Amino acid sequence: MDYGLDTKSTRLKTFNTIFIITWLLIACFPFIWTFWGSFKVRADFFSRSDWWYAISAFNTLIETGGQFTTNAYTQAWTEGEFWKASKNTIIVTVFVVSISLFLGTLGAYALSRSTEKYAFWILMAALIFRAMPHITLVSGYLFPFFELQIWGILPTTIVVLVAINQPFTLWLLYSFFKTVPKELDESALIDGCSYFQAFRHIIMPVMWPGVITAGLFSLMLAYNDFTVTALLLNQENHTMVPKIQSYLGTNQHEGNLMWAVSAVVSATAPLFMLVMFFQRQVISGLTAGAVKG
Amino acid sequence: MPNKTFFWFFLPTGLAMILFIGLPIISTGIQSFYAQHDQVVKEVKKCDPFGCTVSIVVDNEETSKIREAKPLGKFNGFGTYTDRNHLAVDEIKKFWNETESFGAFVDQVTNLPFYKALIFTLTYCLFVTPNVLLLGFIIALSLNAVARKIRGPLIFGTILPMIVTPLVGSLVLFWMIDSQGIIGANIQNLMNDPYLSLKSSKTLTWITIIIYGIWHHSPFAFVVFYAALQTVPQEPIEAAIIDGASRIQRIKHIVLPHIYPVVTFVALISLMDNFRVFEPIIGFSAEGSAQSLSWLIYDNLVNEEVILFGSAAATSMMTIIGIAILLAPVLIRTWKEFKTAR
Repeated sequence: MDYGLDTKSTRLKTFNTIFIITWLLIACFPFIWTFWGSFKVRADFFSRSDWWYAISAFNTLIETGGQFTTNAYTQAWTEGEFWKASKNTIIVTVFVVSISLFLGTLGAYALSRSTEKYAFWILMAALIFRAMPHITLVSGYLFPFFELQIWGILPTTIVVLVAINQPFTLWLLYSFFKTVPKELDESALIDGCSYFQAFRHIIMPVMWPGVITAGLFSLMLAYNDFTVTALLLNQENHTMVPKIQSYLGTNQHEGNLMWAVSAVVSATAPLFMLVMFFQRQVISGLTAGAVKG
Repeated sequence: MPNKTFFWFFLPTGLAMILFIGLPIISTGIQSFYAQHDQVVKEVKKCDPFGCTVSIVVDNEETSKIREAKPLGKFNGFGTYTDRNHLAVDEIKKFWNETESFGAFVDQVTNLPFYKALIFTLTYCLFVTPNVLLLGFIIALSLNAVARKIRGPLIFGTILPMIVTPLVGSLVLFWMIDSQGIIGANIQNLMNDPYLSLKSSKTLTWITIIIYGIWHHSPFAFVVFYAALQTVPQEPIEAAIIDGASRIQRIKHIVLPHIYPVVTFVALISLMDNFRVFEPIIGFSAEGSAQSLSWLIYDNLVNEEVILFGSAAATSMMTIIGIAILLAPVLIRTWKEFKTAR
């Protein structure tokens, strides 16, 4: 806000700049550090003797002969079968985004154009569903899925993620549809369109910004999910995030930490680029009315 | 829109939500009344030249037969809810009668798994939510004061902690804070205590997870507040400046009242999200000293011998009740608004 009359003292300005720089450091440095460390060997990034090794690359030089090494990446992607995990993530994400957008636009359009009382109650129910911790739902899925023998495969997970995603998508798209004037589709109806035709040919063409935003959020949910994918998929079908967890190791077997580091960087980089590209949509999605609810 | 058209438009998404959110909740409810079967044991008489011994072994064949016949387990009523791993009714009675001081009683109770998890979850919510609101608001105010040209990249940097999944976010922090990481090692040097580490202290672990929570959620509060700040009207602020109101007074009397509805919204959302805290516990490998309700459910579901469906379901039901209590004020208010609007 430029207040016009509002003049800031230099002291306030300096303080403000220092605060923002500090915050940005706190927010971004961990990612930069992890990115940097992923090109080192374990003895450097997780150094027992001296943390400065992570910068001077003392052990990396001894082990690989260079300042930087891509060993962690090559090993995780081949031996660690991270390629399989990323393939699964791509499949899950593509299907979840397209299906939930299809269902969500239809449903949200109907909700935004209905004047009946039940539309309100459906939105309230969606809000309650949104609040459910995913793990409580998963504890409800596991047993029936075992019995039906549909546990462990990708289609089940896709359908579950679509359903879990619906309440949020509905709220988001509902608030976007509300901004499209009713007169637009009413005039189409008078001209003899059916509701579906009005939706398809009149409303959807002006709804693209909203659809892209909703799609981005579905994508982030499917891409980032840990609870559902870790418990509903078998080892073979694991997506990226549960795969990263499996590299960490357990009490029984030693994990491979550098694989996890490189996998974290590989999984985060595409997401960051996407958000950089679509930053405006992400922010409008978070702020569109009473969203994220 | 006529009811019939509405029905067909809404059917696919409605069906998805009923089948995969509504039914699972009911399924969880049913499962919580059942417990896994006990193992069938049989006596085996083993004779050797020195005499016969009778030993008790697990009859695997019989056990699996019963499991197949009744996969849901045996009916347990509210047994799972009251057992030691959940509400622990008997244990609490016992502690009440046996312990001398109230402090000792509280001490005993908070060592029971369910209460331990509940206390951690509530502490996490209690510390993270207000700090997220505060930090988010301060960042929004301060970013709002910088030149418009450089705001884009600054906003991008600010929202990074929010867009990564909690597991990755907590791992990235953990690798720095761990005793072998850059921050952990330096703190050890500063304090001159080579044994100081995250895992060694419960309080430290809790503080770390709470700091992580603030780091992860503040960007969301920031984004919403930042957008709300753009809508604050200019005239009252200019009038206030002419009248000589200080910066703090302007924020307190003009900006805050204007964005108040957004504040409650953000508070509600972060409360809901914080109540399900779970992934950071795995990311920080803090299972030893910090357990949340969601983590208890997860632990039951990944149990190696038998998946404890009943136990997980009982914890789930109580978590859902907790969510309902959190949401109740909002729902009641919305309902009242809806009724008066009609």
